[in-house]
Amino acid sequence: MGSNAAEGRQATAASSTPPAIELRGISKAFGPVQANKDISLSVRKGAIHGIVGENGAGKSTLMSILYGFYKADAGEIFINGEQVHIHNSQDAIAAGIGMVFQHFKLVENFTVLENVILGAEEGAMLRPSLAKARELLGRLAEEYELSVDPDALIEDLTVGHQQRVEILKALYRKADILILDEPTGVLTPSEADHLFRILRNLRDEGKTIILITHKLREIMEITDTVSVMRRGEMTATVETASTSPEELAELMVGRKVLLQVEKKPAEPRDVVLEIEDLKVTDENGVERLKGISLQVRAGEILGIAGVSGNGQSELLEVLGGYRTASGSIRLNGRALDLSGRHSDGQSRRAAGIAHVPEDRQREGLIMEFAAWENIAFGYHNDPRYNRNALFMDNAALRADTREKMERFDVRPPIPELAARNFSGGNQQKIVLAREIERNPDLLLVGQPTRGVDIGAIEFIHKRIIELRDQGKAILLVSVELEEILSLSDRIAVMFDGRIMGERLPHETDEKELGLLMAGMQNGEAA
Amino acid sequence: MEHSQEFILFLVTLNQMITVSVVLIFAGLAGLFSERSGIFDIGLEGKMLISAFFAAAVSYETGNVWIGMLGGIAASMVFAVIHGVTSITFRGNQLISGVALNFLASGLTVVLGNAWYQKGGQTPALSGAARFHPIELPFADALRDVPLLGPIYADVISGHKPLVYVAFALVPLTWWILFRTRFGLRLRAVGENPASVDTAGISVIRLRFAAVLIAGVLCGMAGAYLSTSQGAAFGREMTAGRGYIALAALIFAKWRPWYLLMATLLFGLLEAISNLFPNIDVFGLFTIPVQFTQALPYILTVVILAGFVGKAVPPRAGGEPYVKER
Repeated sequence: MGSNAAEGRQATAASSTPPAIELRGISKAFGPVQANKDISLSVRKGAIHGIVGENGAGKSTLMSILYGFYKADAGEIFINGEQVHIHNSQDAIAAGIGMVFQHFKLVENFTVLENVILGAEEGAMLRPSLAKARELLGRLAEEYELSVDPDALIEDLTVGHQQRVEILKALYRKADILILDEPTGVLTPSEADHLFRILRNLRDEGKTIILITHKLREIMEITDTVSVMRRGEMTATVETASTSPEELAELMVGRKVLLQVEKKPAEPRDVVLEIEDLKVTDENGVERLKGISLQVRAGEILGIAGVSGNGQSELLEVLGGYRTASGSIRLNGRALDLSGRHSDGQSRRAAGIAHVPEDRQREGLIMEFAAWENIAFGYHNDPRYNRNALFMDNAALRADTREKMERFDVRPPIPELAARNFSGGNQQKIVLAREIERNPDLLLVGQPTRGVDIGAIEFIHKRIIELRDQGKAILLVSVELEEILSLSDRIAVMFDGRIMGERLPHETDEKELGLLMAGMQNGEAA
Repeated sequence: MEHSQEFILFLVTLNQMITVSVVLIFAGLAGLFSERSGIFDIGLEGKMLISAFFAAAVSYETGNVWIGMLGGIAASMVFAVIHGVTSITFRGNQLISGVALNFLASGLTVVLGNAWYQKGGQTPALSGAARFHPIELPFADALRDVPLLGPIYADVISGHKPLVYVAFALVPLTWWILFRTRFGLRLRAVGENPASVDTAGISVIRLRFAAVLIAGVLCGMAGAYLSTSQGAAFGREMTAGRGYIALAALIFAKWRPWYLLMATLLFGLLEAISNLFPNIDVFGLFTIPVQFTQALPYILTVVILAGFVGKAVPPRAGGEPYVKER
């Protein structure tokens, strides 16, 4: 399926009335990163339009431009056929655009009414605005199944109800265009169904809705038209009815040139890590892991693919010892403490787990600290780093750091340099050096090459495979399918807190994995 | 009508409590506006001190206490603007900015005082129109003979200086602004979740500046009251930590105007007691030394700040500069 066919279908979709939203040639760069590249989009009035794409494809940036959070470097915006200039949220609201952010923008200890009128009050006094909002909320509740107790405090509401407040806020401001950014990420399935009913009701009343998501099931279920974004570009816009999840997955993931990594076939030995029915519920009461079972053997790399936010981070955090969970995890046959006194990073390291966290700048390093100080993290008790019970042996620590930096080709190999002053690739090598040189039984690696240059990627991949060949077990989490396919000996795909399936890299392709990542199994919604 | 000595002492204590509470009410309300908008204000003390100095100096030079008060407010506003620019515009550390202003006020008042008046940091004594004078409320004398309420009206409520009545009137006014007006709603919102205000299309920076400037005006009045109403000249360090006590009262009051009034009156009562009864005799057994009674307000401050009086939840965005997120 080529993009020509997609464009052809888009043309037939255009009607005589001007489109509710039309974007022409929108571009936006953050430094050297081109987040949006010459994007054109047209959404007809009264449609639900989906925008799908992987993480970092540029969906949120595009919508932030539409809502006035960012200024586009180039391009024009037309609303109902008229050009508008959106410099801030106020302009966007005036143009009839409402936005429901992924992270709600509500005042927690205000009532629903107060949140709804905030910034759109009728006059200097609150009373008339509150009365008007109360009446309107009553009407909207009936019309769109949008019922919320107007006097409840936001902090007492469920996430689903909080989201309704966000929608009510937009409607109170007379929004005709509603943008929702990953709205179902925080919802339970029944809440999500209710949301979709609300959205359909809104569409039937002539509102235009843009739904940003990475879940193909939702796209197929609710949208009328859909656009696919990939690496900052709009790769296609099609009628939902005339496309299929397979086609969208392919458009979303693209056909990438595989980076070749030389490796021998794996020689898996004993099971090192055995996870059974692992469940995690987060602070908001949302279930993030819904019963994960996995095995990783010595001498193999298990790759976990998935769009971020589907539970991979939580899985790593549980294994790393800084999130509690229920279920069971056995390392070399011994059960790990998942919620008690010994569920911490120290105990996990002692048990033989090393962890290269997903976000090296937040979890892997302290950016203001020197490389040699960072090398000691988690291993301060190492007798080699300590002169006696009171004093650390900083000279030994520096010498050790220098050796590690040389072995891992960290440039420049200066232990005194603050972590901040190294490039992304070299920061990652510092973390890898710290963790790999501990000779762990199990290495957890999250997004090892995110924001890392090509040369360093190659080096990092080589070191991971070396470790595998030494007979260690490796659990790799990455949102880069390419990386998963080239490194892994087995691939598990996560979606919505579950394992969608396991595949062998030579028996699958990006298209199949893309479908699994979007929650589809054999073309069916999971 | 004759009253017992105890009753008269009681009235005098209440009268004194009101007099000394006023500074805390002004400063506390200043802190309330600022902190409700999410800007911590350690600099209440410094703003009051600089205002007290300029109010006294300008009153002395012009011979008009009202112009003096405006001078004090202006000085306090300059400090407020500095705090706003560092902590809102440049997103600096609010505590450091406040502490720096306190030091600046402490030094500047003495240096200027010495340079201008050569009295060791004091300003010349104020008299006549250069000071505030008490106001007799209507019918104070006529009602004096009404049992119980009469003397309270005549001797406790009536006969204070104008700023006293302003301070007490500001409490319900602040409540009304905060909970009944658009400005108040936005102010409270910006201190809780500035992103909600920003996405609603309202300027976070402008709102916070408004709050900080209001705090400047109120601290200015507090300072002017100290040197031209409660006292009759500026003396070095005359605020004596009242800015910090006001912050403690604000925490005690959980950032609510009416609670704040209660808290400041409690502090005022302790201060009044220490002023009027330096040595308290306990059943003839022993005497509570004057040092202890004088330390009472400060002890209570420490107790409150240490969190012994229930959990106070400050505005959630307090102390954090607002940075637009993606």
